[in-house]
Parts: sequence; C-alpha cells; structure tokens
Amino acid sequence: MAKTLPKTDVVIVGVGWAGGIIASELTKSGLNVVGLERGKERKTEDYYMVHDELRYSMRYEMMQDLSKETITFRSNENIRALPMRQYGSFLLGDGLGGSGVHWNGQTYRFLPYDFQMRSMTTERYGKNKIPEGMTIRDWGITYDELEPYYDKFEKMAGISGEENPLGGKRSNPYPTPPMKKTPSMQMFAEATKKLNLNPYMMPAANLSENYTNPDGVARAACQYCGYCERYGCEYGAKADPVVTVIPVANKTGKFQIRTHSNVRRILHKGGKATGVMYIDVTTGEEIIQPADIVVVTSYVFNNVRLLLMSELGKPYDPASGQGVIGANYAYQVIKGSAVGFFEEKQFNNFAGAGSLGISIDDYNGDNFDHSNLNFLHGGVIALSQTGARPIQNNPVPSGTAAWGAEFKKKSLHYANRTLSIGAQGSSMAFKHHFLDLDPTYKDAFGDPLMRITFDFEDQDRELAKFLAERCSEIMKEMGASHVDYLKELGPYEIMTYQSTHNTGGVIMGAEPGTSAINNFSQMWDADNVFVVGASSFPQNAGYNPTGTVGALAYRAAEGILKYREKGGLLV
Amino acid sequence: MERNSSRDTTALEEPKDQASLEDSSSGPDSGQVHDSSRRKFLVNSGYVLGTLAVGGVISSLFGCAKDGEDNADSSAPADDNKEAAAPNYNRALMYFTQAQFRIVEAATERIFPEDESGPGAKKLGVAFFIDHQLAGDWGFNGRDYMNPPFFAGEKEQGYQGRLKRRELFDIGLRELDNYSQTTHGKGFAELEPDQQDAALKAFETEEVKLTTISAGSFFKMLRSATLEGVYSDPLYGGNLNMEGWRMRNYPGSQMSYLNIIEKDFTKIEPSSLQAHLASH
Ligand SMILES: Cc1cc2nc3c(=O)[nH]c(=O)nc-3n(C[C@H](O)[C@H](O)[C@H](O)COP(=O)(O)OP(=O)(O)OC[C@H]3O[C@@H](n4cnc5c(N)ncnc54)[C@H](O)[C@@H]3O)c2cc1C
Repeated sequence: MAKTLPKTDVVIVGVGWAGGIIASELTKSGLNVVGLERGKERKTEDYYMVHDELRYSMRYEMMQDLSKETITFRSNENIRALPMRQYGSFLLGDGLGGSGVHWNGQTYRFLPYDFQMRSMTTERYGKNKIPEGMTIRDWGITYDELEPYYDKFEKMAGISGEENPLGGKRSNPYPTPPMKKTPSMQMFAEATKKLNLNPYMMPAANLSENYTNPDGVARAACQYCGYCERYGCEYGAKADPVVTVIPVANKTGKFQIRTHSNVRRILHKGGKATGVMYIDVTTGEEIIQPADIVVVTSYVFNNVRLLLMSELGKPYDPASGQGVIGANYAYQVIKGSAVGFFEEKQFNNFAGAGSLGISIDDYNGDNFDHSNLNFLHGGVIALSQTGARPIQNNPVPSGTAAWGAEFKKKSLHYANRTLSIGAQGSSMAFKHHFLDLDPTYKDAFGDPLMRITFDFEDQDRELAKFLAERCSEIMKEMGASHVDYLKELGPYEIMTYQSTHNTGGVIMGAEPGTSAINNFSQMWDADNVFVVGASSFPQNAGYNPTGTVGALAYRAAEGILKYREKGGLLV
Repeated sequence: MERNSSRDTTALEEPKDQASLEDSSSGPDSGQVHDSSRRKFLVNSGYVLGTLAVGGVISSLFGCAKDGEDNADSSAPADDNKEAAAPNYNRALMYFTQAQFRIVEAATERIFPEDESGPGAKKLGVAFFIDHQLAGDWGFNGRDYMNPPFFAGEKEQGYQGRLKRRELFDIGLRELDNYSQTTHGKGFAELEPDQQDAALKAFETEEVKLTTISAGSFFKMLRSATLEGVYSDPLYGGNLNMEGWRMRNYPGSQMSYLNIIEKDFTKIEPSSLQAHLASH
C-alpha cells in the first residue's frame, strides 16, 4: 500500500533548469512547493576533483545510470527498436540541477521566424515549399511576446554577450559584457567580416565578470579552466540551477526538495491531476504526493513518458496523424562542420569555457533566401573554444592512419594547431518521427522505456551539407593550411555524441487538437498540469535550446500563479 | 614562453575581489541558505578574507596548491630508469593474467608507439590502466543497460551484445593470439612489430572473422582504451608522470587560464589532480 502524504500547493517532477526556475518563482510568491528529483543532491564542493576527463566525460559521472533506465531507438516503424545500451547521441541529466549542471552554457534566443515558422514560410515561399509529411507549426506565441521572459532568464543567469545584429529585438542589453576574445575567435571575426557576414560574441552562461542577480545571488567570474561540458563548475561561475534558482527557493522556507524520488505516475481524475506517485529509491517505498497543481519538468523523454504511462492527454498515432502526446519529436543537425589544420600557428586549445565562442546567424532561420534551396531554415555557425581535452580531441587531417606511428606523430603535432567551426542545424518535425512507449523493454521499476522513431531526412542532408560548406569557407578565409568538412550526413545513429537537444512530444500551440499545451505550458486536457521543457518545441531551431526553455519556464510560472488565482484555461 | 599558471601570483590573488555566495549582505543566497557544512568547509580550508569567504571550491584549492604539488613531486611514480624513486605499487594486476597483460602491453604499444617525441603506451602504463579499468564498473558494464532480450540490431542502433567488456577482452586477446599462432607460429607478444601491426590491421578491417564478437569492434575498443590510458589523469595508472600530456603540451588540470586566454600559444608545465587534494 502506498503511503499518502499531506497535500501541497504544487508538486514539481524533476528539478533541473525548468523545475528550479518554477520552484523559485512560485515559492517567492508564497506557494508551498514540493520538488521531487530522482537523482542525488549536488553542491559546488563536489567538484574538487572535477578536472577528470576519464571520470566525467568518458564514464559519464553525472549522467543518468542507463542500467536502470534508457530509451529505445529505431530509424523507422519497419524495424525493431532496441535499447541504447551505452551512451552515445545524447546524455541524460540526473540529480539536482539536471543537465543544467553539466551543460556548456551557450544561451541563445530563438529568432522571430522560429515561433511562426509555418506561417512565415508559407507567406514568403508559398505553401508548396513545405514538403509532404513535414509537420512544422507555429508556436502560438511570438518572439515579442516571449521577449520579457528571455530577459528574465538572462538576468537571473547573468548571461554574458553582445547584441546579435540579426536577432530579434531586445528590451535590454545582456546583463554582463561578452567573454574574452581569444586569438582564434579574433581570426573568425576578421574572416567573417571579410565575407560580409555578421559575427557576434556567443551568449554565455559562464559569466565574464562577477555578478549579482536580481534575486541577490552573487557569483564569481569564469576562470576559463576548460572543463564545462559534462562537468560541474568548481567556481559556481557557470550558471546552473544549484547555484542560482534553487537556493532562492530554499531561502523562502516554502520549498521542499526530495531527492532520490523517482516519479512513476501523474494521478488524475475527471480531467484534473490530483498528485503524483513516486518511489523513494533508497527504501523502495511507494509514496503518493497529492497536490493542487502538477508541474512536469523531467526533460523531454520523461515528460512524454509520464504522460503516456499516466494516460493523460491524447497519445499520438502516426498512422492517422491524430493525437498529440509523442508527436513532433525533433533533434539537432550538428554534423555540418569543418576542421582546419594550421601549420604556422598554435593555439591555447586546452583553455576555454563551455560557451566561449563567436557566432554568425547569416545562415540561420530565414535570414537568407531559400527560394532556390532544397531545405528550410539553417543554423547558427560558431567557432568555440571550450577546452580541447586530450582523450576526446585527437584531430588529424583526413587520410591519416587512425593508430600507430603516423597517428601518434600527427595527433601530437596538431593538438594545438587545429580549430573547428560548427553549426547547430535546425531540425524539422515529420509525421513519422515520434515518441511512444516501447512494447518490450522496461526500466528498473518494470515501466516501459521511451521509444524513439527518428532518422535524418533529405531536408537534414541538404542542410548539413550547406552548413558544412559555409563553415569550410570561413575556415579557409581564416588561413587554414588544410580544411576537412562534412560531405555526406549519413543516417541518424545512436552511438556518436551529437547533442542533448532533443525536442517535442508535448508541443505548444494556439489550439488543442494539434498541440498538447498552450503558451503558458498548460495542458489543454488537464488545466492544473503544466509540462515545461524543450518537449514543447513544435520543431527545433538552429540554436541550443536552453535559453528558450528558461524563458518558457518563467512564463509557465506566471501562468501557474494566474491559474492559482482564477483557475481554468489561461488561453 | 614557459609558465606555470598554478603558481602564478596574479591567479592567487584573483579571488580577493570576487563576490561570494556567502556574502552575508547579498540576499537570498546567504546565511541559512547554505548549510553549516559549507561554512565548515570554508573554515577548515582556512580561506576567509575578512568577512568575505570565497565562493566555490576555489578557495581551499588555492590555499593548498603548493603543498599538493610538492606532494605530487615526491610521490611521483617510478620511471624505469630512475634509481632513487619509490616503487610504484599501482603496477600490479587486478584482472588480466600475465599472458593477457603481455599481449595488451604489446598491442597498445603498436597503437601508440614510443618515438622521438616521447614514450609509448608501454612506458606510460596503458596496459595497467586497462587492467584496472576492467576490474571495475567499466569492465562489468555496470552503468550500461544489459537487460534482455538481445537481438542483432542495425548498425545505427549500437552495441547489442550480451557480453561485458571484460569478456570481450578475454575473447579478443585469445583470438589475437590464435591468429598470430596460425599465421606465424608464435604468440602475439613474440611477433616482430610489423607482424603485430599486420595482425592488428587484420582485426581492424575485419579481415579476421570471429564467431562470438566482431574483430573490428574489439580493435576499436582497444584503440579507445589506449588513448584513455595515455591521456587520463595519472591517478588511473596510465599517463606516467604526465608524459602523455607533456608530449602534446596539454597542461592537465589547471585552476585558471585567465592570464593566457587572450594570448598566443603558451607552454605550461602540466599539473595533475593530486595537486588539488587538500592537505589534511
Ligand atoms: C553535455 C551537455 C551540454 C549541454 N550544453 C548546452 C548548451 O551549451 N546550451 C544549451 O542551450 N543547452 C545545452 N545542453 C542542454 C541543457 O542541459 C538542457 O536543455 C537543459 O538542462 C534542460 O532543462 P530541463 O529542466 O528541461 O531538464 P534537465 O536539466 O535535464 O532536468 C530534468 C530533471 O528531471 C529529473 N527527472 C527525470 N525523470 C524524473 C522522474 N521520473 N522523477 C523525478 N525526477 C526526474 C532528472 O533527474 C533531471 O534532474 C547541454 C546538455 C548536455 C548534456
């Protein structure tokens, strides 16, 4: 028999970026909030020994334990989905702060085009431009409407940056100045200007200078130690939920965090949630936490999985295209990149920060004419210097042996003579790309795993090639002696790390039927359930997702407070 | 330019003007927000500047960096040709048999051979590294999803076998030796270097067909484990004396690159995690 606890105002499932932000905003306004996090507690003191590439990058110290829970994957409906038995394509967060602890901090805003992609594409190119089966949609919110929430997120996190000359309008400058410019970034700036492109410093959550945010949280500046991606920050310089929003929520005395609490079901009756059922994984005890409002912030996969397992919302049926939960799964087309080898110059490649870089948006969104192109959208192109750690970074020019004397010689030679330029290619939604429950494979509790059905399409192949060519032009202009770049994208595969930018499954929209939530992240089918995260993106933009996830979380928090007062659907 | 940033005085002074999570005047993140253990941690580390304690773990790290480094020097593992040094007790086997160990030592040396730029896998201790890794979580696939049912999948779906890494090594090494016996009448470790290269190549290209495992995947695993042994922190048993890092001018673990980040290439003497261990 499950133990039932006293009711709380709000229960939050998963305390990463989205959960942390909402906890902070709601508790500041006086609501009682319980945060259930399946993983462990985290704090800055954990990171004494953090500069350990083997432990954190190769053995995935901070990620979800796949022996307990993973996903299954198939390229299409005609083959059997099999479990991702080892890490590869993306890395799942676990523990207080979620992936927000071991992210890089590249914190972009999406373009106005992204939010109105279907209507703006149709308007400019006609509706035949959107190929059969591509299910891109408008978000039901515009960039201008979301702008104040981006601003809030950036101020909370202390984002360092300068105005993007091709971005949407800003109400305020970035709260802190851009990060420092390294010699290679300088070269990128000069080369792109020569090519009549518009470089700007990558917006960074690494913190260019000491900063105190509007909540009074003070953090120290980044030391460029070169260990961000897959690592926690030993300085607290990188904005993560544990050093920003969670302490603010704790301070109110109204936030109860329960770690080691794995939520298995959202309980509901008559179109309203009544609470959640979770397992205390240290004792195995089954516990019911009743609540007036349930907030689901357990990252894309578990957001979708919890709704499907709880039979909340209408599951997506790829045959008919009806239903919404699990629809519009998309990703990021990240392989369109170029590597440059410099005989005459060495760089401090070992130094850096997760979001130390310089970007252009000339080939992103609809910032360039697609009339004669066989794809839509594009992606941000950037040169970044994130710290080239030696196990994972051994670039050699194409044609070099992969091991032995020649490999050793060249990999040592080029270790500090290589630069790379990469793109965050956008990813469109298709009718046959979706998430549902796997019929065969189970997690440690016996619940079905999430099943991904996804592959790259012609759209992605064309886009990746186009972006790789642009990257290579810039690299040549920068004076590389030799440039290698992607020629063929190939099929999507689960083994190589690409990005943890999974999107969709609980998408946002202007009306029920084609979307699962409204623009406050409130479920159309259960008005006291808010599902927040990149799961709400109808398709993915040409940027890293978290700036937008943060903005949506601030808006959802505002919606929850409104709902608390008035009840009912907010839109 | 030769420079050791962890001893650099500007880096040591840097924290002084940094704001702090513990600054009692700075709102929600002060006082009771952070529990007493954090306070104790800062006090223990002896690093409090006036009323302002330094945020993050940086405080005690800067406080002890020097100690740590001295410590690292005196306990540095023995190199083959240094007489006075203490023995390196890490160099014994946790998993491999001696025969397996010799094959791994020979094979990894061909993957990352000694040359004029410095030591190869053998001197760096890569075979010890792999042995130690197979003895733990990684060897048992402790954090991988190993539940049935098992089906042969598409290439894009990744590893779908039921064998653990230690079992893959057992089989792969035995087959490498079998192949050497068949082609040259000698064990792999006894072959000439170019014969060893040819045998490894035959595995890499799957010219050798094995029934239980894929020769190519085994080679791939051996290659990536070799690079891990060359470049992981010396605490794991490879990268002896940080020579792997030194060969490619990788400075290992440094607390700050603030002073060189805007500059051209700067050579920095490497430092390992041992330098981060607070003295007790
Ligand atoms: C290596 C890496 C680098 C990245 N770099 C960038 C970057 O530079 N820029 C960018 O924009 N994005 C980046 N990202 C992505 C970014 O981390 C995510 O977009 C962001 O963390 C998403 O926030 P979230 O709150 O939706 O999910 P998360 O931060 O992942 O939090 C979800 C939380 O829910 C918990 N949870 C899940 N299921 C349950 C359950 N059943 N019960 C209880 N708790 C549960 C998890 O343990 C986790 O703590 C990166 C990601 C990775 C892995």
